[in-house]
Amino acid sequence: MNQQDFAYLADVLRRRSGLMLTEKKTHLVESRLVPVMRRFGFRDVGSLLKELHYGHEALVQAVIEAMTTNDSSFFRDRKTFEEFRDIVLPTLMVDRAESKHLRIWCAACAAGQEPYSVAMILEDFKLLAKGWTITLIATDINSQMITRAQEGLYSQFEVQRGLPIRRLVGNFMQEGTNWRISDSLRRMVTFRTFNLLDSFGWLPDLDVIFCRNVLMYFDHKTRLSVFDRIGDVLAQDGALLVGPAELVSGLTIGYAPSEGAPGLYYKTEPVPLHRRAAGQRLDRIPA
Amino acid sequence: MKTCLVVDDSRVIRKIACRILQDLSYETEEAENGIMALESCRRRMPDVILLDWQMPQMTGIEFLRALRSEASGHHPVVVFCTTENDVVHITEALGAGADEYIMKPFDREIIEAKFAEVGLVMAQR
Repeated sequence: MNQQDFAYLADVLRRRSGLMLTEKKTHLVESRLVPVMRRFGFRDVGSLLKELHYGHEALVQAVIEAMTTNDSSFFRDRKTFEEFRDIVLPTLMVDRAESKHLRIWCAACAAGQEPYSVAMILEDFKLLAKGWTITLIATDINSQMITRAQEGLYSQFEVQRGLPIRRLVGNFMQEGTNWRISDSLRRMVTFRTFNLLDSFGWLPDLDVIFCRNVLMYFDHKTRLSVFDRIGDVLAQDGALLVGPAELVSGLTIGYAPSEGAPGLYYKTEPVPLHRRAAGQRLDRIPA
Repeated sequence: MKTCLVVDDSRVIRKIACRILQDLSYETEEAENGIMALESCRRRMPDVILLDWQMPQMTGIEFLRALRSEASGHHPVVVFCTTENDVVHITEALGAGADEYIMKPFDREIIEAKFAEVGLVMAQR
């Protein structure tokens, strides 16, 4: 892939998905494009990139999906789930005792391990049995990942990364060498393909947002925009959970870290519009 | 340094497991069946036991029942590591006192994740 092709691909990805490519990743990019090239019948990566110029939507989506990193595991970054279980959920159960309604969004759910981990914790609290309504939405830009997540079928290798054995036998059914998530957990989650650059207008007001290990692939401006729009849909006392290595404070003025709980953020007081920097309230990154 | 007893009738499996565990800063010992494992435990109780199921002379589940019935005051963590990968075996192992269960084939990542589940190593993920 020559420099010009790489620059063009990087530009398409940044505009359409927020993903950043650096030239250090040229070989990785080429190897990820090979299956797309074969699927669409191109002779080489160069021909594929030429076709991208014509805005062939299915091809653009396939290229974006090929470039996304989908590595995940159940209860990934255990500390985050402990914070959700021990801090976030008990507080919300008090604060929402009247409405008995919890609304949670996993913003980049890959093959579903994160929302199903959340669902398992919710089931530990027996919220549904106690009459609570749970809205658990899980999205990802990669439609193939969403299909996998909806199927809820995981390999033996996948269920051994982060999932305690008692949870495996209690929440999954064995199908040959694979394991399928139980119907009750699967029904708890609503999956949808969604690009974080698009409007958040369809989302309800949310009590908890998991947005982990995705914004690190975005440029600064896109990260700002996503955090800002998360602020628009997150309840004033809602919780934002990001990856332990991802910093929110310093990046945007709307959040404060929770002391002693890495990756857990709460909204600060509403920020008057005049204090917001221009360009921080974008509904969509301009092309 | 924590100690781990690797119980498996396959020399190759023992070697692979020991290498991974040593890399995770464990001192390792080996036994090729349940009887040898019990003798090893009576000499020196390890912190954790990585245990195969099907072995000659004394199987893993027989060893586990014998171990848990001994009034030594020690309660080492027992992690099964076996090709018996069905719910019936897993449930039986948990009922007999196993703490975790690894379904073969395994790699370093799985051992690390499972040991993290029972508080033996810091979770890396």
